Amino acid sequence: MADRPVILQIKQVVKSFGNVHAVNGVNLNIYEGEFFALLGPSGCGKTTLLRMLAGFEFPSEGSIKIDGKETRDIPPNQRPVNMVFQSYAVFPHMNVFDNVAYGLKVAKTPREEVKERVQDALALVKLDGYELRKPDQLSGGQRQRVALARALVKRPRVLLLDEPLSALDAKLREAMQLELVKLQKAVGITFLIVTHDQEEALSMADRIAVMENGVVRQVAPPGELYESPNCRFVADFIGRMNLFAGIVEGHEDWGGLNVKTELLGKLTIPHSERVSSKLHLAVRPEKLRISSEILPSSYFSFPGEVDAVVYHGSESHVYLKTDAGPFLCATLTNLSRISVRPKKGDRLWIGWAPEDTLVLSE
Amino acid sequence: MSVRSKNLIGPLDYTRRTWMRLVLLGTFVFLYAPIVTLVAFSFNDSRRNIVWRGFTFKYYEKAWNNSSLVEAFTNSLTIAFLSTLISVVLGTMTAILLWRFRFPGKAGYEGAMSLPIVIPEICMGVAMLAFFSRIGWPSGLPWPLNLGAITISHISFSFPFVTVVVRARLASFNRELEEAAKDLGAGEWQAFKDILIPHMRPGLIAGTLLAFTLSLDDFVITFFTSGPDTITFPIKIYSMIRFSVTPEVNAASAVLIAITLVMTTFALWFQSRSGDHGGVAHG
Repeated sequence: MADRPVILQIKQVVKSFGNVHAVNGVNLNIYEGEFFALLGPSGCGKTTLLRMLAGFEFPSEGSIKIDGKETRDIPPNQRPVNMVFQSYAVFPHMNVFDNVAYGLKVAKTPREEVKERVQDALALVKLDGYELRKPDQLSGGQRQRVALARALVKRPRVLLLDEPLSALDAKLREAMQLELVKLQKAVGITFLIVTHDQEEALSMADRIAVMENGVVRQVAPPGELYESPNCRFVADFIGRMNLFAGIVEGHEDWGGLNVKTELLGKLTIPHSERVSSKLHLAVRPEKLRISSEILPSSYFSFPGEVDAVVYHGSESHVYLKTDAGPFLCATLTNLSRISVRPKKGDRLWIGWAPEDTLVLSE
Repeated sequence: MSVRSKNLIGPLDYTRRTWMRLVLLGTFVFLYAPIVTLVAFSFNDSRRNIVWRGFTFKYYEKAWNNSSLVEAFTNSLTIAFLSTLISVVLGTMTAILLWRFRFPGKAGYEGAMSLPIVIPEICMGVAMLAFFSRIGWPSGLPWPLNLGAITISHISFSFPFVTVVVRARLASFNRELEEAAKDLGAGEWQAFKDILIPHMRPGLIAGTLLAFTLSLDDFVITFFTSGPDTITFPIKIYSMIRFSVTPEVNAASAVLIAITLVMTTFALWFQSRSGDHGGVAHG
C-alpha cells in the first residue's frame, strides 16, 4: 500500500464538542485505491471523523488533506468526496433515475452525459430497469444500491460509507460485503467505511483503524489486527479473547519472557521485545486445546472442568473453569454431525501452545 | 371461537357496529344540518327564513347586485390573499428557524410566537385597535392600501398557525437528506429548494388553507380594525342580519361555503397527488 500515493492525510485532528473530545489527535494516511475501515464501538469518534472528511463538521485542530489539498475552507458541496449515508438518504420525492442524476444535474452536466452516466452507475449496482421506481417501492438493499450509485456517479476521489450495512438483515449483509469489495476493485475508487461491526471490517477492508475514545489504537491489515493486536483494547474488541493480567519477572537469554500470573502460576512465553512490568496475556478461544488426556508437554496446560457449552451451529463455545480459578473460553468447530461435544461438568485438560500467547501492554 | 364466529367483528371494524353507526350519523347531523339548512333556504322564495315557499335563484341575483356586499367580498378576498401569502412565508421561515437553530431565549421566543393562537380574539382585537390608533395609522387611503391595518392584524394571528403546522412536518425530516444533497454538490439554497421544500409541501398546503380560511372568516379582530370604507364580508353579513335575516344573507354565505369547499378539495387533491411523489413514504 505504501507505494501508492496518499489520497487522504489526516494530521493531529481534534474535534471537541464543549469539553468532550470526540476525536482526540488522530493521524492517518489513506492510500489511493485502498478499502479502508474505521472500526470502533459507538461513541468512539469514527462517525465524527467521517463527517469531518465530508465537510459536515470542522476540525477544532489539525488538518485534513484530500489529494494534498487542505480542506479547511472547502464546503461539503465542493469536496471531491461523496458519502453513502447510514439512512441511505435517498430522496423520497424523486425516482431512482432522478436520485442518481441529482449530483450531475446540480453540476450542470449535459443531459446526454447525465443519461449515460446514470445508466452506467445503475448497471454497476445492478439496478438497471429500476429507473422509474420511487424509493418507497424499493427494498432496503435496493435503496442502498441507489445511494451507492448516486455517490459513485460523481466519480469521487474517496467514497465515504457510514455504517452502510447496519440496516440490512444478516444474509443480505454478507452478500453486500462481498459485492462492495468487488465493486471497489472494479471502480478503483478509494473506499472509507465506518463500522462498529468487526466482522464487516475484517472481511472487507485492506486496512483497518481501530478507534477508542477519539483515538486510533491500531492501524493494520485484518490478519495482523486479529493475530497481533497491539493493546488490550484491540485484542478484546476484535473477536473473542481470553485475557489475564500478569507481572514480568525477568527475561531469558533466548528471548523468553517470564511472567507471573495471579492464577495460572509462572509462564515462560517466547517474546523478544522488552515490555513494562505489568502486562496482559491473551489467547484466542480457537487456539485453546481441550482434551480428556494430558496435552503435549510443550503446551501450557491446566486441569479444569466444563462450566457451560453454547452451541452456535458451525461451532460451539465451551466455557471452562480451571481448577486454579480463571474462566476460559474455547471454540470447537463442529466438524462432524455426530461429534461428541463436551458436557457440563466434564473433567478436562485445557491448554495452548506458548507461541499462541499474546503479550499486551495495558 | 364457536360462539363468536357467527358475528365476528374485528377490533378496528367500528363502522360495522350498529350503535357506532348511529353515533356517527348523529354526529354528522349535528355538524352539517345547520349548514345544509342555510344553503337550502338560500333558494327559498320568501322574505323570511322560516317557511319553505318554493325554489328561486333570485336572492343570489340580489346578492350579486348588492354592490356593497360585492365590495365587502372583494375586500375579504384581497385581505385573505395578501395575509395568506405573507403568513406562509413568515410562518415557514419561523418554523425553519425554530427547527434548525438553537439560540438563547428560544423557549421564550417560541412561547411569545404562539401567543396569538391562545390569546382571546377580543383582547387581540382591542390591542390592534389601540396599536393602530396609537401609531396614527392613516385612514382614507386609496384601495387596497386602506386594507393595510386589517391585513397586518390578520398576518399577526395567522402566521403562528402556519408555523405550528410546518414545524410539525419538519419534525419528520431526515437531516441526512439535506446533507446528501450538499454532499452531491448542491449549495445551501439549492438543497433547500430541491429537498426541504418538497418535504414541507403538505405542511405548506395545510398552512396556506388554514391561513386563508382564518383570514376570510375572521370577525372579531377585523371588527376592531376596520373602518367605514373597509368593510369585510363577515362584517357586512353581520350588519345585514341586524336588520333581518333574509335569504340574501344565506345566498352570500352559501357562496362562501362553496369557495371553501372548492379550495379544500383542490388542496386535498393536490396533496394526494404530491403524496405520490414520495410524501407517503415519510408517513
